[in-house]
Amino acid sequence: MHYLVTHSPALIVALPLLAAFATPLISRAGPRVRNIFNLVVLGMTAFLVAILAVDVHAVGIRVYTFGATLPEMALPGGYTVPVRIMFEVDGMSIFMGIVITTVALAAFTYSLQFLKGQSGQPRFYSLMMLLYVGMMGLAFTGDMFNMFVFLEIASIAGTGLAAYRTRMADAVEGGFKYIVISAVSALMVLFAIGVLYAQYNVLSIAALAHYMDYTMLDMMALGLLAGAFVMKLAGVPLHMWAPDTYTVAPAGTTPMILAASYTSMYALYRVTFTLYGAHIDTRAIGWVVIIVGVLSMFIGVMMAVHQTDIKRMMAYHAISQGGYMLLGVGVGLAVIADPVALANYGRDAINGGIFHIINHVFYKAMLFMTAEAIFFRIGTRDTNKMGGLARNMKWTTAFYAIGALAISGIPPFNGFASKLLIYQAVLRFNPVLSAIAMFVSLVTLASFAKVFYSAFTGPEMPAYREVKEVPRSMIIGMGILAACIIFFGIFPGLVVDTIVAPATEALINQAAYINAVMGAVP
Amino acid sequence: MEQISVNFPFLAAVLLVGIALYIIVFRRNLIKLVMGIAILSSGINLFLVSLGYRTGGVAPIYTDVPEGPMVLPVPQALTLTSIVISVAVLALMLTLVVHIYRHTGDIDAKKSRILKG
Amino acid sequence: MLSKIVRTVANQLMLFILIFGLYLIMHGHDSPGGGFQGGAVVASGVVMLLVAFGSGGIIKWLRLRRLTAVACCGALIFLGLALAGTGTTFFHNFLLGTPVFGDIPPPGPGPSHVWSGGIIPLMEIAIGFTVMAGLSAVVLAMARFSSGEEIEE
Repeated sequence: MHYLVTHSPALIVALPLLAAFATPLISRAGPRVRNIFNLVVLGMTAFLVAILAVDVHAVGIRVYTFGATLPEMALPGGYTVPVRIMFEVDGMSIFMGIVITTVALAAFTYSLQFLKGQSGQPRFYSLMMLLYVGMMGLAFTGDMFNMFVFLEIASIAGTGLAAYRTRMADAVEGGFKYIVISAVSALMVLFAIGVLYAQYNVLSIAALAHYMDYTMLDMMALGLLAGAFVMKLAGVPLHMWAPDTYTVAPAGTTPMILAASYTSMYALYRVTFTLYGAHIDTRAIGWVVIIVGVLSMFIGVMMAVHQTDIKRMMAYHAISQGGYMLLGVGVGLAVIADPVALANYGRDAINGGIFHIINHVFYKAMLFMTAEAIFFRIGTRDTNKMGGLARNMKWTTAFYAIGALAISGIPPFNGFASKLLIYQAVLRFNPVLSAIAMFVSLVTLASFAKVFYSAFTGPEMPAYREVKEVPRSMIIGMGILAACIIFFGIFPGLVVDTIVAPATEALINQAAYINAVMGAVP
Repeated sequence: MEQISVNFPFLAAVLLVGIALYIIVFRRNLIKLVMGIAILSSGINLFLVSLGYRTGGVAPIYTDVPEGPMVLPVPQALTLTSIVISVAVLALMLTLVVHIYRHTGDIDAKKSRILKG
Repeated sequence: MLSKIVRTVANQLMLFILIFGLYLIMHGHDSPGGGFQGGAVVASGVVMLLVAFGSGGIIKWLRLRRLTAVACCGALIFLGLALAGTGTTFFHNFLLGTPVFGDIPPPGPGPSHVWSGGIIPLMEIAIGFTVMAGLSAVVLAMARFSSGEEIEE
């Protein structure tokens, strides 16, 4: 067991990679064998993530050096800079790991039935495993160039999944927009990494944070990195790709591509909090993040209100909820240098923002799955054509209702807890922002209620009289997420103390991150 | 004058990146967009290799090496990885352009758009 | 399909391209070259054959399914070598000092040693196979797709 815990950062990335490469060979034995194989590997990886989470919350930061004689030995004898590739897992990384693994399990269960009749199925599961590996690597890495490589792996796998249904014209267009945006943003990240390497000759995040003086070139690198990650996480004004890509991705993969966007948000936080941390004028950078967040909230929800395509509306809502997370953590970033404000409301703001990540991923994934369930049975996504579905698809209606209430912040679901944290903290920082956030919440509820009324209630349409409920594996996938939503809504304090507070602590505490690698180097 | 001759590779790299960004933003033909991304990655690869140069340096290989300082090998490894990744990305983009052409009969970005609003 | 001269020359040249590609793969750890570079050279040889014989003619002996299988095997060997050292750490070079590729040459300038480097030459060979098969599969699939035929599973 101790062996598993020590080597788990590497095994979490290596096992799904093995599964991704072995799936085309194993699928010659039949689809059942392949599904069971992938499910077993995903289950083992989830177990490893769980024991790593327990260990990181007990110990603090766990460092894993590739190729060394001991996993923790970042600096072999006599060296003052780390020269090997490292994974450095702290509270925030393992939080993202938990989010990604849960979404992957739910999405995988959902896809089992959805793909019947599609061609090229082995490639679908390989791509899903590769996307999972890319996201976990991005969350765990302690090395800037490794971040670039895993970002590109996640982008390429995400494009393959988004454009999977190549017989539909809009799917290919959505996938094309995603790969263009991802390629440009990853190349900008590489430019910034080149600039940082030219100055300090190290690539590891902890060593860069240790040796950084904040010169003009570093400011330029920060601007490039922040711009590239805002492009990847669909923050306004660089959000144009998100509605197209989230709409056309097949069921089960939209939650994974959403999780990829929020992993880029994690990378943004890692760069601003840990890499630059104490050197930058955090008020200025914090306000930039806050402005991007407020714009995303507002424009996202305004564009969502008048959509007729149900998945496109949910995609705009995803952009808007991303704005909540940016607002919460941006407020925390702005006050991080001020210990009084930090203790009063800064920590709560970051807690709210990070808690909102996991809440949002859960209920947005479930909402996307219900939309795809409707598409699976009816064949259209246009809300003008739907009506009276509540009679035949009871489970789908119930899950949609839970998701709609959760996203609007109604107790006792989980959206209420995280939004309340954000409202309270932001109110003490600047009341105007809090008022905008509450207004956005109201408009969210209005748009979801409108779709509920037109699609599920109302008179039954003769074309849909024979529509049945969706298959069992899809209901199980949605049910896992619904159970998590209700559990997180009833016990938010438990969740915040166990998972979210260590993540906030890890983000604020830059010195611990550096010491875990650099140790006694002056 | 000596400043310009020393910094010439960096000027060339930035020029390539500028041209590439102009192409990506302003050109409507999808194939030209893909070429713009190829030029962008070439510019950044040139930047990465040229930041490792040390004056009078030789290639960083120990086999029968002449005297003198060596240029930095790490940016060359970074460039190699970047070239491999852009091969995969460009292949994927070109495949998607072929699919778009098959569906809509046009590779003009304005005319072949289906998803709007 | 191009003329008889082109087809004959392509047949003869493929041997030299293959040898050069394999030479680049094998000496990757000690001189310029390596897995990706050698694999790309061999794949460009396959492209030459594709242009000379046409996609219809080449499908008799180069199938997409076999290429995918070779690429997957190459990647699995790479991962297997990395995992084999997990007794110490992931990617640990456990073949240094052993009779298999295990000589440790003295640091500094000198003649090259092919029989050194531990697991690195083996990993280069695995990557070479993956890149050869992968790039050839990409080009083959695009050629068949553009000429209107359906891609097999």
